[in-house]
This record gives sequence, structure tokens and C-alpha cells, in this order.
Amino acid sequence: MTDSKAILHEQEQALRDLADHLAAGLGADLLDSRITLGELTIQVPAERIVKVLTFLRDDGNCQFTELVDLTGLDWPERARRFDVVYHLLSMKLNQRIRIKAQTDEETPVPSAVGVYAAANWFERETWDMYGVMFSGHPDLRRILSDYGFEGHPLRKDFPLTGYVEVRYDESQKRVVYEPVQLTQEFRRFDFMSPWEGAKYVLPGDEKAEGQK
Amino acid sequence: MAEVTIANYMVNFGPQHPAAHGVLRLVMELDGEIVERCDPHIGLLHRGTEKLIEHKTYLQAVPYFDRLDYVAPMNQEHAFALATERLLGLEVPARGQAVRVLFAEIGRLLNHLLNVTTHALDCGAMTPALWGFEEREKLMEFYEGVSGARMHAAYFRPGGVHQDMPRGMDEEIVKYLPRMLKVIDDIEGLLTENRIYRQRNVDIGVISAKDAMDWSFSGVMLRGSGVAWDLRKSQPYDGYEKYDFDIPVGKNGDCFDRYLCRIEEMRQSAKIIEQVVASMPTGPIASDDRKVVPPKRGEMKKSMEALIHHFKLYTEGYHVPEGETYAAVEAPKGEFGVYLVSDGSNKPYRCRIRAPGFPHLQATDFLSKGYMLADAVSIVGNMDIVFGEIDR
Repeated sequence: MTDSKAILHEQEQALRDLADHLAAGLGADLLDSRITLGELTIQVPAERIVKVLTFLRDDGNCQFTELVDLTGLDWPERARRFDVVYHLLSMKLNQRIRIKAQTDEETPVPSAVGVYAAANWFERETWDMYGVMFSGHPDLRRILSDYGFEGHPLRKDFPLTGYVEVRYDESQKRVVYEPVQLTQEFRRFDFMSPWEGAKYVLPGDEKAEGQK
Repeated sequence: MAEVTIANYMVNFGPQHPAAHGVLRLVMELDGEIVERCDPHIGLLHRGTEKLIEHKTYLQAVPYFDRLDYVAPMNQEHAFALATERLLGLEVPARGQAVRVLFAEIGRLLNHLLNVTTHALDCGAMTPALWGFEEREKLMEFYEGVSGARMHAAYFRPGGVHQDMPRGMDEEIVKYLPRMLKVIDDIEGLLTENRIYRQRNVDIGVISAKDAMDWSFSGVMLRGSGVAWDLRKSQPYDGYEKYDFDIPVGKNGDCFDRYLCRIEEMRQSAKIIEQVVASMPTGPIASDDRKVVPPKRGEMKKSMEALIHHFKLYTEGYHVPEGETYAAVEAPKGEFGVYLVSDGSNKPYRCRIRAPGFPHLQATDFLSKGYMLADAVSIVGNMDIVFGEIDR
């Protein structure tokens, strides 16, 4: 056990060194940097993302040569509701890093295709699922959804059931699109316990309030 | 004779072509038989897994992972279990870890047996597929014996595994292994020195180590190009550091090297399985944190508290502390990752699934440009793509 703790401590130290190095290297482009659960997350302005990624890839002490993942995150209550999340991997350092950039529905994020070729499909998917635009992308088409699909399914305000359903129509001899009709609503239960701080008045409690 | 200009023509490959490995639609621009451009159209199997998981509790999310890469389902569950455990700060007991490693390696065998042999089928060799599938079926029996399901196991759960192995199963597995290794030798005997197989694979789909990284390759696709990178070695999880195994690496980065890597990986997996069984610890198979892992049936008959825990865990589920994490495992196809964001409720706020096949398929255009149409079939087959995970 002490052995694995020592290793963990060493890894934490390596991450802190990396965070310090990034703070020096990126300067004002680094908005925030934190280590949680043994993972380093940095926040950068969306318009500087290409510069940051290029630095991370080419700097001798970083060498994040592989873009593992690129995806979106939706926080509808925020003014700039989307996070574009990049996960990079450095095989040289055996280190991972997460980069976040905020944007909204209108502001495009510069495309990372010029830095990592693999960003192409990942960005197409993020556009498809969240409607985040990427400027300078060679071919920003939808990728996973149906041909002619409307809306961005992974946004929090997109319903789980979607809007249309398809079926094969025997009389027309083709697949037809129709508005979704459910015999039963998708059941969503409220699991917030009144003993653990639910933020609403329990039915019947308003009477007790009235008596006071 | 008058000069004739021949226009390039477009070919629709799939979505129901047997060599398309599922529902791939390739729109290819051909100059004669040379591939000029190749645009994969994916998403025909898109089921909205990530969206569905946002509406389910953590335990209900587990079976969705079986339906991603349905060739080796347990390896996917593994990544989700690791991510959830990291957010919860949960430790898995030693036996739970060993059983996981055992079945993760069986998953690797299942996957490679399928890929190597169906790829041979794409290249015109019928026999390996028949032999490979027989062995696959045997391995499936172990898989079924432990989880009760042939494919959709829901076996690796946050906190450990669902049930202990039936008594004597570990010895059965070890007893079976030599037979499988013999079949792997036989398959290799048919393919490795086979003239046709070599003509279809040597120097086809060549990619350099630098390009492979640029295209986010992982797993065998990366190792075939000579990069010795395996998460089981470099970022070990669930006790992989305890086992002695080698990472096979290719030299030329072509389809043939990747095939050889897969063959050797199967032998290494067998080696790991032997070691796991020999050093199988005794004890519980899942964490005893009753706020996360449900109690066993027997306990529920006697203890009121166990009954309450069971009821709460199967209705409400457990609440996961706020935070985010990225957990990756070395799935048979490459790095399979789960990026889990929790808002403190009983459902994931976001569960991003990073499937290894997605970036691999993306590089089809890069890999098959300039090769013949028949080579494109070999390249796609060798990439080891399964649409369950690519389309999610």
C-alpha cells in the first residue's frame, strides 16, 4: 500500500511540475489550472485554442502528440453554455491533460484540424451533437445523425425521445417520418429526499404554514 | 485513334456489403481500380447511447456498454466501472480485480479471434473463420458461466464484479487454454506464410508512427507502426502491473504487421490468464460499501438494513460526488475511454464514450488513398471496426 501511495505522490508531483511549466509557457492564455482526482485540467480562451494546442504538441517538456478525445459539454444556465473539452496524451511523459474552452451557440471555435488530423471527425461530431461551430474546419458536416436531421441531440434542452420517428409505410412503399407519439410518457422520478435538502414545499406543508 | 478521357467514377460500398463489417457506407471515388478518395458515412447504427445514459442511474448505464463493441463487451464496462469508482473513491478488493483482469483478457481473445479470422475471410480464406468461431464459442461458455449472458453481460459493475465465478471455473479455463493456443498456431500456419494472404496484406495500408499518432490511433493500430504503447503497461489499472507479459510491436505499420501483433497478443493474453488463475486471491469480489454495491440475496433474507440498501440501490441508485474524470482501458481495439461528469445526483451529467474505432475509421481515406479497391477491403477489415462503438 505504501508503495502505491509513493507512486501516487510522485504522479501528483509530476502533474504539479507540468502545471507550473504550462503557467510559464502559456502566460495569459492560461485562465485556470487545477488538479483533481489526479488529473490536470486547464481552461483557455476559445480563440487561442490552436496556439495552446500547438504549444502542447511541440514543446519539448510537453509533447502531447496525441489528441485522445474532443467533445462538448452543455451547461444551459451559463451565458457561454458550451465547454469544448480536449483530452491530450503525451506518450513521452506518460501524462494526460484536459483542456476546456468556453463558447456559445454563435461563436465559432478555431478548428484543431491543422494541429491534429484526428480532430476532423471529433469536431464534426461535436457540431452534430451540440451545434458548436468550428471555424476553418475543412468539412463541417453532420456525422452520426440521420441525413436531413434537425437539432443537436446532446443539448440539455433536446428531449430524450427526439421529435420525429420513422417507420416503413406499406401503402407508400417507403420510410416515412412522423412526429413522436408515445403511449406512455418517459417516467422521470424525483429522487431528491426531503430529509436531504429538497428545495420545494412538500404537498400538505403549505397548510401547516397557514396555521402559524 | 482519338484520345479518350475516362472520368473518375463513384462507388457506393455498403451499407450492406459483407466486407463492410456492419453498416459502413463508403463513398469511394475511383480512377479505374485505384482509390482516389474515400468518404465513410457512419451513424447508421447510432442509438444515442450517451444521451440515454444521461437519463439513467449509474447502475442502469452499465448494460449500454455491452452494446457498444459487442465483440468484447466486458472491456467496455471496465472503463465505465473504473471512471465511476474514481469519482466515488471506491477500492475494489483484490479478487474482484483479478476476476476483472481474467475476463478482460478473455474479451481480448474473443475480439482478436473474430478480427483475425474475419479479416482472413475478407482476403479469401474461409477456414480460419470456421476454426476461430468454434474457439470463440468455447470462450463464450466461460463468459456465459460467469455472467449468465452470452453477450450482454453487465458483469463489471462499479465496485467490483456482479458475481463470483462458479467453483472450479478458473481451472477449467486454464485446462482449455492449450487447445486454443493450438488453434492459433493452426490459423497462423494457414495465414502467415500463405502467398495470397501476404499479397493482400504486406505493404498495404502503411502508416508511420508519426501519422498514426496524428490520427489518434491506439492499440494494435499504433503498435503495428512500432510504438510500444499499451495502457496495461504504461498506466496499469486493476493490478495489471503484477503480471508478466510482453507487448508485441510491428515494424512496417502495414496490415500484415498488425495481423502478427494480434496473433502474438492472443498468446500473451493466454499467458496473463494463466498467471491470474495461478495467483487468484480469495476474498470478496466486490467492495463492501453498501451505499454503492448491493448486498447479496442471502444477506437480504436476514438483515433489514440489507433489504433497505437493496431497495434504495435498485430504485434511486447511488449519488456520485460532483466532479469529472477520464478513465481509459486498453480494450482489444485500442484505448477505450469514458469521460464522466457528475453533478452530484444519481445520474451522470455527461458520459462521453471515446471509442477506439472512431479515429481508426476516420483514417480510412488516408490509409487507402492510392491503393486498389480490393486493398481498401483488406484495410477496413484489418482496422478492426465494430459499428456498435463507432456509432454509439
